[in-house]
Amino acid sequence: MQIKEIQDEIVDEFSMFDDWMQRYEYMIDLGKSLPLINDSYKTNDNIIKGCQSKVWVHAELEEDKLVFTADSDAIITKGIIAILIRAFSNQRPQDIIDADTEFIDEIGLKEHLSPTRANGLVSMIKQLKLYAIAYQTQLN
Amino acid sequence: MIDVTKIRQDFPILNREVNGKPLVYLDNAATSQTPQQVIDVIVDYYQNYNANIHRGVHALSQEATDKYEVARQKIQEHFNAKNSYEIIFTSGTTHSINIVANGFTTLLEKGDEILVSAMEHHSNIVPWQMLADRTGAVLKVIPMNFEGELKMDVYEELLSSKTKLVFCNHISNALGTINPIEEIIEKAHAVGAAVLIDGAQAAPHVKADMQQLDVDFYTVSAHKMCGPTGEGMLYGKEEWLNKLPPYQGGGEMIAEVTFEKTTYADLPHKFEAGTPNICGGIAFGAALDYMNAIGFEAIAEYEHKLLEYATQELLKIEGLKIYGTAKNKTSVISFNIEGLHPYDIGSILDKLGVAVRTGHHCAQPIMDFYKIPGTVRASFSFYNTMSEVDVLVAAVIRAKGMLE
Repeated sequence: MQIKEIQDEIVDEFSMFDDWMQRYEYMIDLGKSLPLINDSYKTNDNIIKGCQSKVWVHAELEEDKLVFTADSDAIITKGIIAILIRAFSNQRPQDIIDADTEFIDEIGLKEHLSPTRANGLVSMIKQLKLYAIAYQTQLN
Repeated sequence: MIDVTKIRQDFPILNREVNGKPLVYLDNAATSQTPQQVIDVIVDYYQNYNANIHRGVHALSQEATDKYEVARQKIQEHFNAKNSYEIIFTSGTTHSINIVANGFTTLLEKGDEILVSAMEHHSNIVPWQMLADRTGAVLKVIPMNFEGELKMDVYEELLSSKTKLVFCNHISNALGTINPIEEIIEKAHAVGAAVLIDGAQAAPHVKADMQQLDVDFYTVSAHKMCGPTGEGMLYGKEEWLNKLPPYQGGGEMIAEVTFEKTTYADLPHKFEAGTPNICGGIAFGAALDYMNAIGFEAIAEYEHKLLEYATQELLKIEGLKIYGTAKNKTSVISFNIEGLHPYDIGSILDKLGVAVRTGHHCAQPIMDFYKIPGTVRASFSFYNTMSEVDVLVAAVIRAKGMLE
């Protein structure tokens, strides 16, 4: 599936919930189902700065696609990174670079997070894109 | 006993909703809410007599000056300072501490020792580290035990003729511990050291008497005691304030200026360069009036009941652990639930209308001590109710259910 299709799917899922408590519950579930990062990748180099909780992201190229794994010590943050990984993992680096992130606004995620968490969200997206740029350069 | 229903009518903000739920405001250690009586004073200032002070010949300036200086006297009376010029208006505790830390640059020598307690927040650590870097003085830490009480025997061992300064908070923002400052001051004075007590967390809960304590410096932030933000005070003993050089140069703090030499104004103006937060100072006085009308003994008694009830109810939650269990503590409860991140709990509480603080509370060394990333902190004020404690407890139980 292409990034845009996955994003639309996420927007659809979130639109089913009436209030933000339900959305939080959903994010927590997503966080719990996140495939864990290999412990050896939970290093200081892989920590995303700008989060009150810790977030580790690792990127690896499998054939021509970029695969992200992640973890966080806070479960809601884990849910957020799980949403981002679902949207961007297993895609070609160039597609990740080109992808827009409007779906975040459509599900209202940013405005319903505390400012520090919203900043963390922006940092996470930036980091995923930076990985894509780095690997694209390698492929070129 | 205070009439909390009546008191709550003074705080318009307490009637608002957050995320569709009635606001339960339990972040009072960060900032307290402002009663209508203080808001009215702020509005009155800008509507009726906004003018610069001390220099103007016109009526408005005179009026503003009078009210500003009356506020200074109110603060003097409240804290029982010997002279009103020992009360320096500052932007708050951080500013107050920086004035003293900066002033001691010329008073310390390499090898001198300065002691800091292990339960300080960053504002009462970093300025002293900077002072130590500038002067070559050595910063030593007074350790605490697991309950969050200072180890007074170690403190005594650390004191020597080399000790020049001791600084400690009156009440810890992260743990709620009320420190034995009388003893700390007395023992420091016995070796000739000066003492700065950070009273930011204490001033909303207890009345501190500067002369009785015989403290050298004491700092307060108005916004934690029903006053405005950006306003506070530094109390300093006259002899110490005279020894310290001015912190900032500018208008108001001078006696005479020529391009060759400037002489400085007398206290308190020596430390009040530039146009101060005039409205803030006047409103600070009004906030003290408001709290004194309720009475600090009544406030302390009621808040203690809130603390006891909240502690008892929260501890019924399985896996919940409270950090800071000192025998003598104020209405602050810092807690975690086993296996859960404080940030997650705080986020869900917010969605349920309950405002708490999460994180390291600008006191990272305390979190390092307990080896935790942070805590959830509920801090109570005299306008909180027992039923708000129930809302908090129910919200924590719900958050726990969602997160586990």
